Amino acid sequence: MTETGIDAHLQLRRQDFCLDARLQLPATGVSVLFGRSGCGKTTLLRALAGLERAEGFLRFRGQRWQDDAYFRPTHLRPLGYVFQEASLFPHLDVRANLNFGYQRIAAGQRRIGFDEAISLLGLEALLERHADRLSGGQRQRVAIARALLSSPELLLMDEPLASLDQHSKAEILPYLERLRDELGMPLVYVTHAPDEVTRLADHLVLLDNGRVSASGPLNQLLTDPNLPLAHLDEAAAVIDARVTSHDPHYRLSSLGVPGGSLTVALSVLAPGTPTRVRILARDVSIALDMPQHSSILNSLPARIVDLHHDRDPARVLVRLDLGGAHILSHITRRSADQLGLVADQLVNAQIKSVALTS
Amino acid sequence: MSAEDLGAIWLTLKLATLVTLLLLLLGTPLAWWLARTRSPWKTPIAALVAMPLVLPPTVMGFYLLLLLGPQGPLGQLTQALGLLPFSFAGLVLASMLYSLPFVVQPLQNAFAAIGPRPLEVAATLRASPWDSFRHVVLPLARPGFISASVLGFAHTVGEFGVVLMIGGNIPDKTRVVSVQIYDHVEAMQYANAHVLAGCLLLFSFVVLLILNRQQRKIVHD
Repeated sequence: MTETGIDAHLQLRRQDFCLDARLQLPATGVSVLFGRSGCGKTTLLRALAGLERAEGFLRFRGQRWQDDAYFRPTHLRPLGYVFQEASLFPHLDVRANLNFGYQRIAAGQRRIGFDEAISLLGLEALLERHADRLSGGQRQRVAIARALLSSPELLLMDEPLASLDQHSKAEILPYLERLRDELGMPLVYVTHAPDEVTRLADHLVLLDNGRVSASGPLNQLLTDPNLPLAHLDEAAAVIDARVTSHDPHYRLSSLGVPGGSLTVALSVLAPGTPTRVRILARDVSIALDMPQHSSILNSLPARIVDLHHDRDPARVLVRLDLGGAHILSHITRRSADQLGLVADQLVNAQIKSVALTS
Repeated sequence: MSAEDLGAIWLTLKLATLVTLLLLLLGTPLAWWLARTRSPWKTPIAALVAMPLVLPPTVMGFYLLLLLGPQGPLGQLTQALGLLPFSFAGLVLASMLYSLPFVVQPLQNAFAAIGPRPLEVAATLRASPWDSFRHVVLPLARPGFISASVLGFAHTVGEFGVVLMIGGNIPDKTRVVSVQIYDHVEAMQYANAHVLAGCLLLFSFVVLLILNRQQRKIVHD
């Protein structure tokens, strides 16, 4: 792990639930707190913000936020918080909502300008509107901009898409990706939606029953055979890629990935743009030689890292190394036996479908 | 209308205004505490605040008379502060107790309706607790403040029993409109009583009209 952003051990006892989370998060990128509802993700996020008074300690980039002898109240912590419901102030219009935090930061300490936040979240046309005249997605965009305008050093988001319909979600996700890519501040993001994890996370923290059950770089956790994620039917790997070229005739684009090149449906991204691709374990099959005649576009040389039993006794989980990046393959146990697959064997990974996550 | 009638009206307005202002000042922190606390003291304190709603005003007046009088347990203190019975200041104190629930309860309801979320949002936007109270709670609780003011004022105008017990009937000092009406009736001056009683009738109607309007507006917003 690079520089530590959050270093904390927070404990909180409630009648029906107990939080006991040891947390270390990097100082950059998106850390996603992931787990079933009721696992304590929101409570942990609120404790980071000081909205819940937990026991233990919390340091952010070396600053002391709380320990046994000290508790820094929320309004003195340089953070932004986006709640699940936008929670705009009902007595203020959009502009005044945005100004609320902005005006409380001295001009010399502002790290993001008013107009910058407006254009980052596409709010130009909404400024004079009243909060209750906005759609759910618009409201949440205003809430995100409002949090950004308080120039936080750390942005906390509690399932900001959970209360939105599919359309509004699709409307906001690109804005969140822009935040991640354009602002240098670390973001801690709570969700129980796997697609938000694969699109946004750099670092993943799994929470189970108030405890951190695993924490690490996204793909490392996604492909860890000892964690439940790799055994889900939707198990997937997410690997970094870069757009290399477009083929308008066949409406396809090429991506450079570790270990080779992938062909995907024509992308709008310009060549050179970094992106990430998601490869479902069930879409990856294994061949011993390079197929000469196949409709499958993507076939990459890979090395078998290891094979594991799966929850499904008919299936095995194969971890493959593509030039340093790991992906997963779910194949039948019979195929694994017939091909005689063993660790360190060189094979071909045939990938039926590759999804760009953005 | 006689000079005495006008004096009684003026005194009543002065008393009700002063009482309302003082109650808003003291009732706001009390209502805020009642709306937010999880202390075991909340229920007994709330019951105490609500007592004047059910207690006959004469009972309250009687105890205040004993408590505040020069021979009472607080006599020294009340004497020093000029809060003795049969004085305007004493009447203000008694009226404040009498109208307390009419100010505290609307405020408490308004504060409770706001909920904790807007304050949490304000704190994450760097607003200190006082800043949040001033710029989030006060504007959001505005309808509650209007109800509290109108009810506190009207209820003080309408008080009679407490005044009679602790204020007596001193012209321009403690003789408020309700007492003046009583005097007129006692003296069989029905015409004079009619004028003042009519004024109070009209006043009460207008007050309720304002409150209803206010509530309708909240529902529409």
